[in-house]
Amino acid sequence: MALLSVRNLTTSFHTRNGVTTAVDDVSFELKKGEVLAIVGESGSGKSMCCYSVLGLVPSPPGKIESGTALFDGRDLLAMSAAELQSIRGTDIAMIFQDPMTCLNPFLTIGEQLIEPLVYNRQKTRHQAKYRAIELMRETGIDRPEQRFNSYPHEFSGGMRQRVMIAMALITEPKLLIADEPTTALDVTVQAQILSLILELQKTRDLAVIFVSHDLAVVRGLAHKVLVMKGGRVVERNATSNIFRSPQHAYTQQLLAAVPRGEKTSEDLSQSRTVLAVSKLNVSFLDRNSGKRLTAVDDVSFELQKNEILGLVGESGSGKSTIGRSILKLVPADSGQVHFAGRELLRLREREMRLLRPQLQMIFQDPYASLNPRRTVFDTLAEPLLYHGLAKRSNIEHQVLALMDDVGLARTAIRKYPHEFSGGQRQRIAIGRAISTRPELIIADEPVSALDVTIQKQILELIIQLVEKHSLSMLFISHDLAVVRSLCDRVMVLQRGRILEVNRTENLWSNPQHRYTQSLLESVPQIES
Amino acid sequence: MLRFVLVRLLQSIPVLFTVITATFFLIRQAPGGPFDADKPVIPAVKRALEAKYNLDLPMWQQYLNYLGDLLRGDMGPSFKYPGWAVHDLILSGLPATAELALYALLVAIIVGVLAGVCAALKPNTAQDYIPMSVAMLGICMPTFLLGPLLVLVFGFWLNWLPISGWGDLPGDKIMPSITLGAAYAAYVARLTRGGMLDVMSQDYIRTARAKGLPERVVVFKHALRGGLIPTIAFLGPAFAGLLAGSFVVETIFQIPGLGRFYVQAAFNRDYTMILGTTIFLSTLIIFFNLLSDLLATWMNPKLRHQLRGQSV
Repeated sequence: MALLSVRNLTTSFHTRNGVTTAVDDVSFELKKGEVLAIVGESGSGKSMCCYSVLGLVPSPPGKIESGTALFDGRDLLAMSAAELQSIRGTDIAMIFQDPMTCLNPFLTIGEQLIEPLVYNRQKTRHQAKYRAIELMRETGIDRPEQRFNSYPHEFSGGMRQRVMIAMALITEPKLLIADEPTTALDVTVQAQILSLILELQKTRDLAVIFVSHDLAVVRGLAHKVLVMKGGRVVERNATSNIFRSPQHAYTQQLLAAVPRGEKTSEDLSQSRTVLAVSKLNVSFLDRNSGKRLTAVDDVSFELQKNEILGLVGESGSGKSTIGRSILKLVPADSGQVHFAGRELLRLREREMRLLRPQLQMIFQDPYASLNPRRTVFDTLAEPLLYHGLAKRSNIEHQVLALMDDVGLARTAIRKYPHEFSGGQRQRIAIGRAISTRPELIIADEPVSALDVTIQKQILELIIQLVEKHSLSMLFISHDLAVVRSLCDRVMVLQRGRILEVNRTENLWSNPQHRYTQSLLESVPQIES
Repeated sequence: MLRFVLVRLLQSIPVLFTVITATFFLIRQAPGGPFDADKPVIPAVKRALEAKYNLDLPMWQQYLNYLGDLLRGDMGPSFKYPGWAVHDLILSGLPATAELALYALLVAIIVGVLAGVCAALKPNTAQDYIPMSVAMLGICMPTFLLGPLLVLVFGFWLNWLPISGWGDLPGDKIMPSITLGAAYAAYVARLTRGGMLDVMSQDYIRTARAKGLPERVVVFKHALRGGLIPTIAFLGPAFAGLLAGSFVVETIFQIPGLGRFYVQAAFNRDYTMILGTTIFLSTLIIFFNLLSDLLATWMNPKLRHQLRGQSV
């Protein structure tokens, strides 16, 4: 018998702008010890499916319109709030995407860990603590006795996700729902968390619903896959079949969007050097200890004309700081940055301003980096007018040409950022960056916030623009698959130091450094 | 922590100095002086009085003298109450005013936090609109209207509570505390509502619900700590405002507090008394602001860590 059997689940949101159906007639079954992956892009309703089953849909505006969800023979959707609450705390547990925001910053880790036992299983705090420490050890948190009284901000992202997992498993649930549990994590940490979930699933014979936008992540984990789009299930099959012979066009599109293969890089060593960074050092003052922490440690590299140079590292490795200090957005302690015949670090702000049109940046979050009160026209016209690259009389013409360049419909010229999707916003941001005909663009994780299908489009756009405008680009990313498909050369950064630089194909076929090897091994593969 | 407090105390020195200087010279700009009464005083007597209190010296010398005395902890004699020193008068009025302010603060916290939490739990429903409308009314209604209204209803019509006095009859402290605390309760309610709404939409509240915690635990254990931080930061300035703003309530209910002295001193041009009370209240305001900042910082584990870090 199925542990969880969802039939014809429909959930919609009633807002002032009308009714949107988030989950549309979804059915699935899950047996004990089985892992089901629900895959789709953002807005496909994959998370809402799980929230509906657990009664976690914010209501109003959310409303479960119809359906049943039999769990151990009882219908979750027909239960009273109190009954459902007791099941949430005991038989079904959930872990979420962002371990940074999902733990309460005001309570100790230990307190949050023991809560399900204390409130739902009537255990004493002492018994609960004993169990919690046991589980912390099992989920790979070292020195659990001491860490028990720590607060979430004293943990790294990966450690917090371990805490979340321990918290979910502390009542020995039968079903674990994991909502994009590794999306916010670095690739090496992701690999650790995935293998932890798999191991715990096997030892406990746990049923798991694993929600993800990333097919590659799901591959080594799930027994069967549900592909969702626009609230509907478009394909369901055993995992191996999904990857071997995807039936639905959307599934094929998802698979095709996963970055793979490597760019056949040209040898650009003979072409002109656009940017030369030598012995760059950047440090920050740590307010807690009063010490200076080294963020960038003696970094030197060169970037050639027409080259896309990848800069790869985990969070905290200093890769963004390198990009920002080249643009003098953060002050460097020492070193030299040669660009267009000038040494940037010695330039005064006024001289630097004259150079800025040739040096542009694209940021990670297209939601945060565009001014919400300015239309596309305002955003794209401003740099052109400010730097005197266009006259008022023909500015509209130039803005439209830019919009063509980055694939935005001309009709959208008077729209505001909130009217665009994430991918379109990133197109606007790219349009702004290339508007001043720069020679060099520093792109800081430009596709990390995007769904895999959108990511593919933006990467194609970047390649196309680099060709068309003979750009050079420093491409900062934590995603090795993306870097491999895009960059000519790659630098690997760890704790502010460059460990190795190599042509892309050489780096993958023959990584020199152990850290690089472990990074490469951590990347989830879509092909065996 | 020690360093944090020390830095803040050092920062308050120029603030206090500015307050003293501005008050000293501003009050001298007001027409009349301490010895101008309704009946004209004989010029010779007035001169003698001014000489006795050194008011005949050049202004800058009086100022320096005053600063010197202040540094020795002497706020000088009152001009209007011969034989009384300013600090004696302040200390005699302080207990009633401090007690009143404290009770009013309790009213503000209890009523305000409860109303704010209620409103935040069901935003944009009657449970939100009703307490928030009452709160708006509380902010708009001046104490000189609310006080007499309460007296009318509970004192005369219902005859439940005594209509004036402080500590003479049982229950005579209730109405003044409510009158003074009402407006602050309203502010607290609005701040608490905002803070709670903010916290209730956080991911960690969803986590708490997903863990199957009862709603009361979600609200009072998980949400309230974060939701109260803006309120706590407001309590310092609020308490200072209660101390300084109790004059109207003290007058309505005939409470022998500090506010009365303060206003009378201003009318009487009792220079030393005005200065003394102003300095005293400024010091309290600075102190309570520091206290509530420390408390708000302490509530946040991440910042608490920094406080500890600095003390090493």
